[in-house]
Amino acid sequence: MVRRVLFACLSIVLASAPVFAQQPGQEFVPVTGPVTEQIPAAPLVISSYAFFLVLLFVYLWTIWRRIGKVEADMRALERQTERGQHR
Amino acid sequence: MKKLFVPLVIVAAAMFAYAPVAINKVPLESTMLLVQKIFYFHFATWMALTAAIAVCGVASLISLFKGSKVADWYGVASAELVVIFGVFGLFSGSLWGRKAWGVWWQWDPRVTMATMLVLIFLGYLMVRKYGGPGSEKLAAAMGIFGAATAPFVYKATDWWRNIHPPTTVMRTLGEKFPAAWDLVLYCTGAFLLLVVLLLAARVRLEAMRAELDRMYLALED
Amino acid sequence: MASVVPGVIKVALLVLRKDIAIEARSREIVYTTLLFAVSCVLIFSFAFVMEEGVPVEGAAAGILWIAVAFSGTLALGRTFERERYGETLRALLLTPGSRAAIYAGKLSGMVLLMLATEAVLTPMVAVFFHAPFFARPLQLTVLLVLGTIGFASVGTLFAAMLVRTRTRDVLLPILLFPVTIPVMIAGVRGTAALLQSPPDEAVATLWIGLLTSFDTVFLVLALWTFEPLMTE
Repeated sequence: MVRRVLFACLSIVLASAPVFAQQPGQEFVPVTGPVTEQIPAAPLVISSYAFFLVLLFVYLWTIWRRIGKVEADMRALERQTERGQHR
Repeated sequence: MKKLFVPLVIVAAAMFAYAPVAINKVPLESTMLLVQKIFYFHFATWMALTAAIAVCGVASLISLFKGSKVADWYGVASAELVVIFGVFGLFSGSLWGRKAWGVWWQWDPRVTMATMLVLIFLGYLMVRKYGGPGSEKLAAAMGIFGAATAPFVYKATDWWRNIHPPTTVMRTLGEKFPAAWDLVLYCTGAFLLLVVLLLAARVRLEAMRAELDRMYLALED
Repeated sequence: MASVVPGVIKVALLVLRKDIAIEARSREIVYTTLLFAVSCVLIFSFAFVMEEGVPVEGAAAGILWIAVAFSGTLALGRTFERERYGETLRALLLTPGSRAAIYAGKLSGMVLLMLATEAVLTPMVAVFFHAPFFARPLQLTVLLVLGTIGFASVGTLFAAMLVRTRTRDVLLPILLFPVTIPVMIAGVRGTAALLQSPPDEAVATLWIGLLTSFDTVFLVLALWTFEPLMTE
């Protein structure tokens, strides 16, 4: 549904000059008037935020995993020292 | 300090959960429309990156000149964060640029220098991993050089006017687009909180590793 | 009481003289570096020359600096390999002079070697790529000297600190190239500005100014960190 709407806008907007031919803005200003788009921006925005979440969770997972390994090694060492002391 | 960790994690999680809602609500920008919304995390990640570079630079200095082990832990933790936030910054910038500039990549001065920063800190991690014994010092040298070149990245868009938005955008944002300014502050705050939490977690890993080494050494006696 | 510790400049010059004396006997590093640089330019010539033997436009500046960077990296590795092999590095570090003087001596030797390479490469690239390098020889020389100092200052530091590392050969470029990207960009852009017709002197001067600031920052940092890095 969204894609069909975007295609409709695209065919209307095709006659006008491309958006990125303008000079890059010196300031960010809120929009006034009707909203039209060419390249669909929604997938770009969503991929950007999704990638962030993926990166964050992968990094958290690697820390989690490494901490788990160190803790396991620590426990094994503690068991060894106890056994050594009992002998 | 440790007691603060879990409550802060909850705060951070809440902030990030609310962020998409806030981003959806903020009005569209006039020239770039929807794709400009990438900006809120894009700017925040570069702020987080700057913070991480500052930490790494200071930690490297202390580690190299004072031989402090704790400083070394903070160095490696912050270097990892620099790479992660840097990669996300470049990726989000690339997606934004695809729409706003028409290309996936452009060798604009700031993009070039930012890529260079990520590479320098990747080198930091490489030398620690593959440099053999004593590589903490070599890595510290990389950290210092990386931190020294960071100010040039900020200034790059002022000196060489090119395709990337200049620093005047941020300076005028408060007056021209107050809703965006508030959201930028919110996202930057969330990201900086994330830096603090991730640093804490990663340094804890290093501290545990050091403890493990100490236990091994004690066992050998 | 007069100090028996020789001054910084004296020690640096001694180190430089030692290196030149050793090198003068076999000339191994000089010849092999030059030949490597020449092969680099030849490979670029084959890669960038289009149909009918016409070289691609605007590639000359980049090719010159790439060849300098690659051959410089190689020379750095070889110079310190020689020190490690002869175990002279430890002896050097034991001298009563300051460590910074040793760094300065090594750096001077490196800069001289790279300048010699550039003296051979520049006419070669000018001829193969139809590039008017000698339209503004003074500015070009200044650019090359400043760029060489910037590259060599970081390179000497990193090569010295990596000398005992097993993976030294591959780590040196990995660490060196990102840090020297500003120097390379400034060098290439400045040279490209000078190669235009007519040569764009204003832009070249801008890049020369930038190179000077990079060189200052890198040199100061390198001198400052050399001491703690070389202490084992």
